[in-house]
Amino acid sequence: MLDTAEAPVVNRGATTPVISAKSLDLTFQTNDGPVHALSGIDLDIGKGEFVSFIGPSGCGKTTFLRCIAALEAPTGGTLTVNGMTPDEARRARAYGYVFQAAGLYPWRTIEKNIALPLEIMGYSRAEQDARIARVLDLVELSNFGKKYPWQLSGGMQQRASIARALAFDADILLMDEPFGALDEIVRDHLNEQLLELWARTEKTIGFVTHSIPEAVYLSTKIVVMSPRPGRITDIIESPLPKKRPLDIRDTPEFLQIAHRVREGLRAGHAYDD
Amino acid sequence: MRSLFPILAVLAALVAFWYAAVAPMNIRGALDVAERSGTEVVPAESRARFEQSIWRLMVNNPEHIALGYSLDRPRLPTPVQVGSELWKTTGEMALNGRPMSKRSLIYHGWITLQSTLWGFALGTVLGMAGAIAIVYSRVVNMSLMPWAIISQTVPIVALAPMIIVLSSQVGIEGRTVPKAIISAYLCYFPVLVGMVKGLRSPGAAQLDLLKTYSASGLQAFLKLRLPASMPYLFTSLKIGIAAALVGTIVGELPTGAISGLGARILIGDQFGTPLAIWAALFAAAILAGVLVTLLDLMQRITLRRMGMQA
Repeated sequence: MLDTAEAPVVNRGATTPVISAKSLDLTFQTNDGPVHALSGIDLDIGKGEFVSFIGPSGCGKTTFLRCIAALEAPTGGTLTVNGMTPDEARRARAYGYVFQAAGLYPWRTIEKNIALPLEIMGYSRAEQDARIARVLDLVELSNFGKKYPWQLSGGMQQRASIARALAFDADILLMDEPFGALDEIVRDHLNEQLLELWARTEKTIGFVTHSIPEAVYLSTKIVVMSPRPGRITDIIESPLPKKRPLDIRDTPEFLQIAHRVREGLRAGHAYDD
Repeated sequence: MRSLFPILAVLAALVAFWYAAVAPMNIRGALDVAERSGTEVVPAESRARFEQSIWRLMVNNPEHIALGYSLDRPRLPTPVQVGSELWKTTGEMALNGRPMSKRSLIYHGWITLQSTLWGFALGTVLGMAGAIAIVYSRVVNMSLMPWAIISQTVPIVALAPMIIVLSSQVGIEGRTVPKAIISAYLCYFPVLVGMVKGLRSPGAAQLDLLKTYSASGLQAFLKLRLPASMPYLFTSLKIGIAAALVGTIVGELPTGAISGLGARILIGDQFGTPLAIWAALFAAAILAGVLVTLLDLMQRITLRRMGMQA
């Protein structure tokens, strides 16, 4: 049902960038003087792309994601989302945001947690129920709607928070280290699931991570960043096919990209401290 | 049930200590009574006894120690004496069909309870309103909070008579309202502090999430801040209701009130009937215990319905 509904939109928008940053700057004024969180960021993200941002702490990857979500205001350059300012895009419900902590409300069931954005945006009860059922199915939590967050494992909680971000029809999904706090095995599983979900929904995904294998495995485009000032050192278009089983990570192509990411991180003097 | 044994053990220790304390506390009274009834005591004169320590009197008059446990007007009554006085002024009067007699602690307890509940309601509303203002306004945060703290450093005993006098000046009749104001004065503070903490408990990520939904301030309050503050609220309410009861009793003490548990305590003091004081004291403690337990029950039910592990 979902695939047929969204397919035409994808075809139409394939050429123009959904997110476009031109010499974007962001400087925080702190007591220790100005901090250049972002400096001269130029980046276009096309419709349906899966873009990972990778780099050490302080490289501005999260800050850039927050700029897209209008949670931070850039101090220079331009940034458009769907041709609008980030603030307008937010009001047009252009994106769902997934934080590192699942951040589910402990006093709401999983269903009710997913209903939260729908309630705020004023969907009818019937519409809410239909959407909740659909996104629960997408993240394979259909039997857990009536459970409270503390009754779910960490990985399931994070899936529920992804379902919450998918519940309203944002075509951009911004994910800030969503699997950072989970163990490797759960993370592998969720990475597979996320790729599947991305293929089914054709969303544009911005994904912040610390992990090179995760970035290479998931992305169509890998943005390597480095700190002081936060800037882009390399943009890698992945030649990997869209369909990716987990063991693709042992192929020479995969290792080659991973190597280039590592080189990019090193070139930015990422580990000089 | 496993917690029953430790509770009973502590209770038994307290009662044992209490009984042990009765003997030295009442030895002078016991010797006075014994002297009046014509038995021999050492030393024989009341004035001479006054010079001696209670420990020496006990050593010199071991046969009169037991008398201290059955005095009419003991310095320290035994638990049984307090219990029977409490029963005489509550259960027995209720059985005789006079539960609301002017000598019944049920009547006085009811007077005190009314003011306590009014004060609790008023204090809770004020505390919550203040907390919301503090959380949402920087200016109020900087200006109101110091005054709230200062307000609690003023001794309520000094303030109570003034509140009574001033409220009668503006034409408020009876004592229920001024007593409620005094009790609200003590009760609003824990509610204010607890609610400020509770309303501020959601983290930055939670507030950012609502921002990405473009949620309004009212939505953020109703859907996030208020439910998140519930565990804090109930903790504050439990402290608040105990404070409200203390406030009411203090409001009844120095203000010439003739009804209410506080008035019973004061009258018992003035007429030298310690049993009445102790009975009123225990009635107040039992009342506080019941009120706090009721709130605790409400907390459990509410939090369970909210799906939180209480």
